[in-house]
Amino acid sequence: MSGTTTTQRMPSYLEYKGRFKGLAGWLLSTDHKRIALLYLYSQITFFLAGVVMGIFMKIELMAPGQQIMGPATYNALFTVHGLTMIFLFIIPGLAASFGNFFLPIMIGAKDVAFPKLNLFSWYLFMGGAIIVLIGIFTGDGPPDTGWTFYAPYSLKTNTNVVLTVFGAFVLGFSSVLTGLNFIVTIHQMRAPGMGFFRMPLFIWAMYGTSWIQLLATPVVGITFIMVIFDRVMGIGFFDPAKGGDPILFQHLFWIYSHPAVYIMILPAMGAITEIITTFSNRVVFGYKAIAMSSLAIAFVGYLVWGHHMFTSGMSDTARLVFSLLTFLVAIPSAIKVFNWSATMYKGSIDLQPPFWWAMAFLFVFMIGGLTGLVLGSVATDVHVHDTMFVVAHFHYIVFGGAGLAFFAALHYWFPKMWGKMYNKKVANIGLLILFIGFNTLYFPMFILGIMGMPRRYYDYLPEFATPNLISTVGSWILALGLIIVIVNLLRAKKAPPEIIDNPWNGRTLEWKIQSPPTLENFEEIPVIDHGPYDLIKE
Amino acid sequence: MEEHKTHISSYGNHLFVLLCLITLTTITVAITSVQLGAFNTTAAMIIASTKAAIVLLYFMHLKFDEKIFRFMVTLVLAIYVVVIVITFFDYLYR
Amino acid sequence: MEHNATTLSTHEHYDPVGAKLGMWLFIFTEMLLFGALFIVYSVYRYRHPVEFHLANQELNVTIGFINTVILLISSATVAMSITAMQKGNKKLTMIFLLITLLLAVVFLINKYFEWGAKIHHGIYPGSEFLLSLSHGDILFFGLYFFMTGLHAIHIIVGMVILIWVFVRVKQGRVNINRYALLENGGLYWHLVDLIWIFLFPLFYLIH
Repeated sequence: MSGTTTTQRMPSYLEYKGRFKGLAGWLLSTDHKRIALLYLYSQITFFLAGVVMGIFMKIELMAPGQQIMGPATYNALFTVHGLTMIFLFIIPGLAASFGNFFLPIMIGAKDVAFPKLNLFSWYLFMGGAIIVLIGIFTGDGPPDTGWTFYAPYSLKTNTNVVLTVFGAFVLGFSSVLTGLNFIVTIHQMRAPGMGFFRMPLFIWAMYGTSWIQLLATPVVGITFIMVIFDRVMGIGFFDPAKGGDPILFQHLFWIYSHPAVYIMILPAMGAITEIITTFSNRVVFGYKAIAMSSLAIAFVGYLVWGHHMFTSGMSDTARLVFSLLTFLVAIPSAIKVFNWSATMYKGSIDLQPPFWWAMAFLFVFMIGGLTGLVLGSVATDVHVHDTMFVVAHFHYIVFGGAGLAFFAALHYWFPKMWGKMYNKKVANIGLLILFIGFNTLYFPMFILGIMGMPRRYYDYLPEFATPNLISTVGSWILALGLIIVIVNLLRAKKAPPEIIDNPWNGRTLEWKIQSPPTLENFEEIPVIDHGPYDLIKE
Repeated sequence: MEEHKTHISSYGNHLFVLLCLITLTTITVAITSVQLGAFNTTAAMIIASTKAAIVLLYFMHLKFDEKIFRFMVTLVLAIYVVVIVITFFDYLYR
Repeated sequence: MEHNATTLSTHEHYDPVGAKLGMWLFIFTEMLLFGALFIVYSVYRYRHPVEFHLANQELNVTIGFINTVILLISSATVAMSITAMQKGNKKLTMIFLLITLLLAVVFLINKYFEWGAKIHHGIYPGSEFLLSLSHGDILFFGLYFFMTGLHAIHIIVGMVILIWVFVRVKQGRVNINRYALLENGGLYWHLVDLIWIFLFPLFYLIH
């Protein structure tokens, strides 16, 4: 394949004039790249809304006693913060945005298998989001159950649970259809010569993710519907007064919601693999091990849900089984981390912003992962269950893991998506501030948890004051870093286009086409005759 | 890829499968109307699974389609069974 | 097909295996949707064996049996409509599809009378009479209405799909060369049958 820079440049997917112009050209486009950007913009909007809510919560927790809001408002706020961040930002996460954009390109296809279904999924996503929003602002106020909707409280509270839960159901449907689309795309649309073991590892991660989306989401979907029927018709599936078992709700909820963590983190790990390989200028170490570990995480991750319920009244046998299975997940996760380290070993590392983001990811993800072991073991979990320790662990994994990887991917693929480069120095400064802020914000929560501060309270005893204050200051630093990062990217987006088809010396297929890609990605479908990361002189 | 010949099941074949399914249904009703205690449920579930397997293999064409479909269905059912078993680690020992 | 430039790829592009794979994946989600309900059922039956046994006596085995047979026949006719299509017999395909739809309607009518009788006796979710019964009864009938109701919704969705397929066959857009849509409609219909195969013994045949 020759470099595309010298050949004539085609109009990119951004400039392409289809049947519809302007906004309709976006809202009715079945081009996977435009749909990816629709997801990206909506997700980032929701993310920023969630950040603002988080900052208000931290202000409330700045000092003991009531600061800016009462307990009821605080309950609603942490529920809506959780709902927004989880269902609207990080579960679609890297899969819906970067997956949509790069999955077809990286396997040498012109689009996903079902382009119309893809657009429909986005509409379902927005529809679900709007239903959730309506649920928050109408009726008797936003739900105050926490994003977990635990029965029987979710059956008894007067707040607007029904609409919100229904919105979550619709969002789940969107997620299922996206997963379905990706699996068929991967099976049917790989370029000639690209066997399963010549796929980039991001695709392997997406494959595992899609299966989880497909197999786990229906379980929570029907559970949510049962909650609605319990509330509206008083059936009593989860109502102990009518014989229902609230712990069964927790089982069904976590059968989805634990794998959901892997829906968030697997594509993140995939993106990190791409970044580390590219900037180490080495063939990835242990390709098959990483590919298989993605599937292993998806599979084992499906069977460990009970570790969220160690104190809920499950049988001891179940607690031990779940604890054992939980520790098994550490194996494929560690395989990934070791292979990343081995890939960097003796590599000629190019210290570009995406690589720094990946390093930041590794650092916080390790802390998150290791503290996960504390929670996976029954004896220690009982001690820190429902304390701030869990909150800290969760944010280290989901924000520090999936969230940072989201930004790593954004910085990595930004030049490809818009054909422009951001200011690298500012990007690094923004990351540094964000990284400091992140650890200042969440690390004290580990200590608070060990000290015994419970989660989900708007007030606390005076002895918890200092770490809480540090944590609140951290949230401001984090917000500052975030602002720098985002403003930097927005400014780059406005800059005049340059020709940067392959700024990082990437070796996967997306770097062999022009930036931004054309409507059909490839002038002619490439024929693959080597592994995805082989170093080949062009 | 070469267009491989698609398998066409005959009408008679479908009718025979249908006959088997109805016979099995009748057997279940007959068996469960006799008092056999816990065995009733076991028998009913075994017969139901057999019927499901017949529908999957013949009506849903798994027997003749690409192997990948059979593989996926087996895998999904296996995962589902494991989930049930793990759930009952709670309820059986509570 | 929204883009002019993609017409050549999407219009000419016909991938029956891909389409079928998509349908199977969707069927997996349906299986797990009902799978979750079967877990709920088995947990509550395990905890209330006697009540489930007694509550089951209220259900009419004959109607259940008839409905089972109806669904099995309809499954066979859908399968035969595919055979007819593969042999190029458009008319027979349409006849088989019509028979299937007719059987579906009969199934729903039966269901209507069955439910109607229960509701007439004051047994429906949240009814005062039901709530005065034991926990096991409440859960049994809650599950009965919820699961058979959800199944009935799937019957209706399946009917809509089959009507759509019927129209496409009539227009000739589903034909001997490209009949993936017919196959997928059939697959969905078999799924509905598959679920009923388990619902029937679990609700009607506890003795």
